[in-house]
Amino acid sequence: MTQAQLVPLLQSAVVFGTVILYGALGEILTEKSGNLNLGVPGVMYLGAIAGLAASFFYENSVAEPSGAVSLVLSFLAAFVAAALGGLIYCFLTTTLRANQNVTGLTLTIFGGGVANFYGGNLSTLAGGVGQISVSTTSLAYRTTIPALSGLTVAGFPIGTLLFGYGFLVYLAIAIAIAMHWFLKRTRKGLNLRAVGENPGTADAAGINVTRNKYLATCLGSGICGLGSLYFIMDYTKGTWSTDGTIEALGWLAVALVIFATWKPLNAIWGSYLFGLLYWMYMYIPNLTRSSMELFKMLPYVVTIAVLVVTSLRKKRENQPPAALGLPYFREER
Amino acid sequence: MSREKHAHEPWVRIVKRDGIARPKAYGIRILAVLLSLVVSGVFIYAITGLNPMDIYEAMWEGAFGTSRRSWVTVRDAMMLLCIGIGLAPAFKMKFWNVGAEGQILIGGIMTAGIMRMVGDSIPTPALLVIMAVVSLAAGAAWGVVPAVFKAYWNTNETLFTLMMNYVAIQLTSYCVSLWENPIGSNTVGIINQTTQAGWFPAIFGQSYSLNVILVLILTVGMYLYLKYSKQGYEITVVGDSENTARYAGISVKKVTIRTMAISGAICAFAGFIAVAGSSHTISTTTAGGRGFTAIIVAWLAQFNSFVMVLISFLLVFLEKGATQIASQFNLNDYASEVITGIILFFILGSEFFINYRLVFRGKEREGK
Repeated sequence: MTQAQLVPLLQSAVVFGTVILYGALGEILTEKSGNLNLGVPGVMYLGAIAGLAASFFYENSVAEPSGAVSLVLSFLAAFVAAALGGLIYCFLTTTLRANQNVTGLTLTIFGGGVANFYGGNLSTLAGGVGQISVSTTSLAYRTTIPALSGLTVAGFPIGTLLFGYGFLVYLAIAIAIAMHWFLKRTRKGLNLRAVGENPGTADAAGINVTRNKYLATCLGSGICGLGSLYFIMDYTKGTWSTDGTIEALGWLAVALVIFATWKPLNAIWGSYLFGLLYWMYMYIPNLTRSSMELFKMLPYVVTIAVLVVTSLRKKRENQPPAALGLPYFREER
Repeated sequence: MSREKHAHEPWVRIVKRDGIARPKAYGIRILAVLLSLVVSGVFIYAITGLNPMDIYEAMWEGAFGTSRRSWVTVRDAMMLLCIGIGLAPAFKMKFWNVGAEGQILIGGIMTAGIMRMVGDSIPTPALLVIMAVVSLAAGAAWGVVPAVFKAYWNTNETLFTLMMNYVAIQLTSYCVSLWENPIGSNTVGIINQTTQAGWFPAIFGQSYSLNVILVLILTVGMYLYLKYSKQGYEITVVGDSENTARYAGISVKKVTIRTMAISGAICAFAGFIAVAGSSHTISTTTAGGRGFTAIIVAWLAQFNSFVMVLISFLLVFLEKGATQIASQFNLNDYASEVITGIILFFILGSEFFINYRLVFRGKEREGK
């Protein structure tokens, strides 16, 4: 493989990896509270469309839109919309005690419906023609630090590789490290893990199970929403396509949570590995089109392998939260 | 027993119902559906600015407006029902088979592959039997894989089956590019278009009669299996409590694997019906998310086959209706997923009021 091939491969791995990383981080936080939210793709859809819509309306209502303002608006919109998706899920499963898996899948259907509906129709509904495009905002998201991104060492474009991305790539890594610290080193993090491991015991110890579940699910969903916002603003450059890539990436994020054995730091390198596996088929020479399709199976096969191996080895620190997916009703103990 | 007035008595508390009369339970569910239709109506009104009643009329038109449309609605409802029937035993056992999507595709690939290979060299009835049997076997094998790991090593089946969906989707893409026709189209095209070998024959002049007959047989069969057979009873016991099952001498491993074989087989059979009985082609959209929707069908019906019929029709009606509205107003038909989502949220939420009741402060002082 030549350098001309290697750099774009690694770059696209980082881009897709970042989308998956946000989704996985959000889901790790959610699952630590014992909520197995299968609505991750739906939540990501909601975040993506809210972010896109916010910047679309801003760019259309102002004569000279400023990239920075639009960036803040769309960032907040994506986070809040995705968190609201998490709120629906948490209200149904925690307060109304509905089944987690069914609620999550419904959220995926709902979120996909809302996003693709508005994504495809927003400009028609606003009285315009053609597709939505928010070029100013997208450009703001893709701004890099020129001095660093132009760096080369011995002819190898190390700057492009390490610093050639928008700020969301680095924010994801920061969130992962912060989440690791939160879960492992703080009292609140310990409480949250206790809720996911054994809500009955946590409740008896005076931890507010309901509040922990709500906070973790809503914040986690908000983080998921940032991943799809990055996808929309960076990869598709501020346009919408109804091809279902966000859904596929959302399920990959659920897979990455298992792959990372519920550890935020593992998720960082795991996500780039997933991104690499996702794009690998483009760069392997002499592949026929049909065998490319087989190569795209890799991330999922690897995840299944990890799932099987962790359940075979039964190492205690690699297990899912013990109460994951189980309902907790205080009076049914 | 007299009680002191308690300073910390909450404003509202939740009490589990001992039991609820069936009419009342259905009353709550119907109320939930009506409420969700109101919310969906508001959603539609917000977009189109039209009277929601006109919209619901247009939806009815879209689903049952012509005899052709009615048959398509019936065909799609049968497809959804078939998958729901397949999922019911697994879910009743509390085995979270979210892999129906993949199991359908496996059945579809087998059917399409045999249909292409054998063609009209043997009579269609024999071909149909071969395709059905191979699909059933392949689906059973596909479903047994996560079941074995669950039974022996307690591997999380939700995540395992979910991942297998994507493996199946890529396998389908692989087959599509192998069987491409015409070359470069990236689709398989209609298989055996001229000979119609391996297509469901028209019965009573309707090309979808066989779909209906097969699925209804399965529906009744699954009802009897779950309710009256020994195996069905074992499934119920394992689902309610694995420890009880073990104590009663039921082999949980055996029941898990056997039930998933049945579940996977029926889902693959749905794939067989989809390919041989309706689309006559295969693509990654052959399952089209129905594997997930069917989970909701099975769950909401509480695994009662006959309630599943109703729910399947409701969901397909919404889908067809929304497609009709979308084309009338020049919008895309994802609106149907939004409405489906809203209705399902409401039905899921309504289960709470069936299982629990709210007691407000100051009420119900006496006795309990």
